[in-house]
Amino acid sequence: MDRDSDRHKLISRRMFMLAAGNGVLISALAGRLYYLQVLESERYSTLADENRINLRLLPPPRGRIVDRLGRPLAVNRQDYRVFLIAEQASDVEATLNALGSLVEISDAERNRVLKELGRKRKFVPVTVRDGLDWEAVARIEVNAPDLPGISIDEGQSRYYPHGEIGAHLLGYVAAVSEKELTGDPLLEIPDFRIGKAGIEKVHDLELRGTGGSSEVEVNAVGRVIRELGRTEGQPGSDITLTIDLDLQRLALDRLEGQSGAAVVLDVHTGEVLAMASNPGFDPNAFNRGLSNKEWQALIGNPRAPLTNKAVAGTYAPGSTFKMAVALAALEKGVITPDTSFSCFGHLKLGNAKFHCWKKWGHGSMDLREALAQSCDVYFYEVAKRTGIDQITAMSKRLGLGQISGIDLPNERSGLLPDRDWKMAAIGTPWQIGETLIAGIGQGYVLTTPLQLAVMTARIANGGYAVEPRLTRAVMGLRKQEARSAEAGEALGLVPAHVQVVRDGMSRVVNGARGTARSSAIKEPGMAMAGKTGTSQVRRITKAEREAGVFKNEDLPWERRDHALFVGYAPVDAPRYAVAVIVEHGGGGSKVAAPIARDIMIASQRLDALRLAAGEAEIGDTAPAPPVGGGT
Amino acid sequence: MTGSAFERQQLTASQKLLQIRWLFVVLVCLAGGIGGVMLYSAANGDLNPWATRHLVRFGVGLGLMIAVAVSDIRLWFRYAYVFYFVCLALLGAVEIAGSVGMGAQRWINLGFMNLQPSELMKIALVLALARYFHGVTIEEIGRPAVLLVPLLMVAAPSGLVLRQPDLGTALMLVIAAGAMFFVAGVRLWKFALVFVCGVGVLPVIWQSLHDYQRQRVLTFLNPERDPLGAGYHIIQSKIALGAGGVFGKGFLQGSQSHLNFLPEKQTDFVFTMLAEEFGLVGALGLLGVYTLMLLYGFAIAASSRSYFGRLVAVGVSMTFFLYMFINMAMVMGLIPVVGVPLPLLSYGGTAMVTLMLGFGFMMSVYVHRDVVLGRRSSGEIL
Repeated sequence: MDRDSDRHKLISRRMFMLAAGNGVLISALAGRLYYLQVLESERYSTLADENRINLRLLPPPRGRIVDRLGRPLAVNRQDYRVFLIAEQASDVEATLNALGSLVEISDAERNRVLKELGRKRKFVPVTVRDGLDWEAVARIEVNAPDLPGISIDEGQSRYYPHGEIGAHLLGYVAAVSEKELTGDPLLEIPDFRIGKAGIEKVHDLELRGTGGSSEVEVNAVGRVIRELGRTEGQPGSDITLTIDLDLQRLALDRLEGQSGAAVVLDVHTGEVLAMASNPGFDPNAFNRGLSNKEWQALIGNPRAPLTNKAVAGTYAPGSTFKMAVALAALEKGVITPDTSFSCFGHLKLGNAKFHCWKKWGHGSMDLREALAQSCDVYFYEVAKRTGIDQITAMSKRLGLGQISGIDLPNERSGLLPDRDWKMAAIGTPWQIGETLIAGIGQGYVLTTPLQLAVMTARIANGGYAVEPRLTRAVMGLRKQEARSAEAGEALGLVPAHVQVVRDGMSRVVNGARGTARSSAIKEPGMAMAGKTGTSQVRRITKAEREAGVFKNEDLPWERRDHALFVGYAPVDAPRYAVAVIVEHGGGGSKVAAPIARDIMIASQRLDALRLAAGEAEIGDTAPAPPVGGGT
Repeated sequence: MTGSAFERQQLTASQKLLQIRWLFVVLVCLAGGIGGVMLYSAANGDLNPWATRHLVRFGVGLGLMIAVAVSDIRLWFRYAYVFYFVCLALLGAVEIAGSVGMGAQRWINLGFMNLQPSELMKIALVLALARYFHGVTIEEIGRPAVLLVPLLMVAAPSGLVLRQPDLGTALMLVIAAGAMFFVAGVRLWKFALVFVCGVGVLPVIWQSLHDYQRQRVLTFLNPERDPLGAGYHIIQSKIALGAGGVFGKGFLQGSQSHLNFLPEKQTDFVFTMLAEEFGLVGALGLLGVYTLMLLYGFAIAASSRSYFGRLVAVGVSMTFFLYMFINMAMVMGLIPVVGVPLPLLSYGGTAMVTLMLGFGFMMSVYVHRDVVLGRRSSGEIL
């Protein structure tokens, strides 16, 4: 029994040890629970929520773009999307076949859908077709019983009701590219569109608005269980442009068949009433997506339909530059308004001969008449006396050779040469002959049509630094930021000098020998003033000059001269300035001036209509500042 | 032999019923009831498909447990080896059937239920080892030759189970048996020797492991290694536990469980769901119930006068402990994922019935705690 008793004790001891061991292990479990559920609880709670909560973005409706009278230029159009949910369709192929008999489904689309269906989970909707109109939707709805798994979703797509009219201004929207991702989660929504050009691009943030979000609970395979909360977004702001749709349409119509641009400014406010560039494109095409062929056709076209020539086209201003030269000379005092020079068809400088456009010369004339007849020899002489630096400085004050800051992308500054520029850019000293060439707006000088319109407006308003602007109001900011109608700071021009130039410009159109006299406006009170310009794109050789200069009609299109015209109206109390350029159009007086005339007539006629339509509401009817002189 | 002891042998069935530790039965019912509640939650608030069937099986198990508790311990002493060899034969049959072409089949279809011989073996081995060590004196235990038989008794079923392959069950068989060796008085240095040898053969075992078993070990060591694959279970389980916090998310409110992030929530991961929905409080509550049950087991072992009774109670307690510990430690990420159910909570018949059968033996030990069994006889009364 002793042995048994010993064994009993041993077993009892061992049992106790075993139980104690179990107790230690159970304590370890309790400790682990404490660690996970108390110490680490917060971290794991977050992880659990990350597991179950998905944030879905709700894209805001894009702001509209309207003209100054509130007429829509860019709107959102309801469109429809058809999608297929595999788990609701008994036979995906059969459903697609049935759908294919109602709306067109190409083989490529069909393959894409089948591929996506195979890849995604069975409850995830896969888009079959988008951009469907109401008619197609109605057909599908009627046949819904034969289309298990098919659903229709409403969406909005950008629509430009006037197509090409204003395409360069408005720009277009298209899918977001990899580079454009900024971290705004909206941009990562499939099918989201952002502005890629024009106002759509510059004001993209305002037009875009801010996205709302919907918090949804999902299970382990991603199926939505319920919505937990929703934050409404901010719809995009509407933008009111300074453009007058009617005038814009007319300007584009008048450029029909040409490659060129036309800009109309309010000379007091700088508001752009029309800005046409031709040829154009249909911005709606970008929204639905261009085929490679369409894209190649657009970028391969030598007339550059995608370029807004009004701000991104740079041209030698030709004779339209002569106002700047005249003002520089008057200010420097090298001539007076009555200084006369004689033109014999050319001016000799050393061994070089500088020709006037009129082979046999204009004879003797003063500044006003030199402008009216656009005598080159007169301005060679004036330029020679003034010097390139003064001409350039004056041109800059008038708004040439610099970015205007208008809210359009890709604006170009053009070029105003001076001595320093040439040394830096070309590496040779400035030649006096180059000053002469610059005096007639040729050579290195390059300007955009918008800059020429600004220059004309600054002369027409008596020397105030108006800045061109395209945006009148952004919804919500309209009252605070109503664009007021101040004319800008005075440029410090002598009013008498400005008046002389304006007299000369008036004679261009209304004088007996003016280069644009055939484009004079006869309607009472609407008469315009202006200046023609013809800028060479080629060098006329000595041999050609002796044999007789080629007529533009005999040259290939791309070697013909650019036709330019700048002007303002009414001549007595200017309100509108215009700049027209027709690329390779030939002579400014023959091609550009008639276009400008029609635009100026329309601008003044539409005046009454704009006032009647209550334009005043937007709040910029401040009286025009007094204009120096007046005839 | 004292008179009282003799009298106790003659107890009637109704007298025996009074001897049962009813508080222990209450604890068992509590655990089974919690199981029913959790399976109701696992089905998103539905008695089907799990809760009802679980409770029915629990009822059957309870009946079986009481019946075994009042049955004569000497009967089980006598037939311990028979029971063991029947189970071993069944295991062998499963192994043959499995190798004939059904893959990793672990059960025999009895028509009304699927019998898993490996589960039954856990109890059979306890009985057989208890019977063996009962008949060995303290001097004999010191002789290595004497240990050869019980070692073979462990090795045979473990080997078969491992071949199925079922790492969890094999582990449980070996550890529970080891605990019985320990309690029976095998010298500690022998355990140390086995341990050292075990470490020595680890590389060999590693070589023989199935790929998925190796994956589990590697994933255990670093769950983030494969967050969408093998590590997914552990990560999601830990997230659910942690998200439960102190008071839990509330009944039926566990997002991890109800949104299906948690795998196998009705079987191996039922504890995770309980801890998510009832928090630390609920988890410790269940742990407390289990601990009390375990204490009862050891108390019964201590109260028994026969070695057989003591070893049976220790063996059953240890088996119960291993179920509980391996499962909980696994879902908490303390040990690799091994498929061991949580006692009385996890859905699945054989394990629960087996365990309740074991509890029946344990209670029978208590009811017959004063019965003296002969060292070498087949249950004759000395």
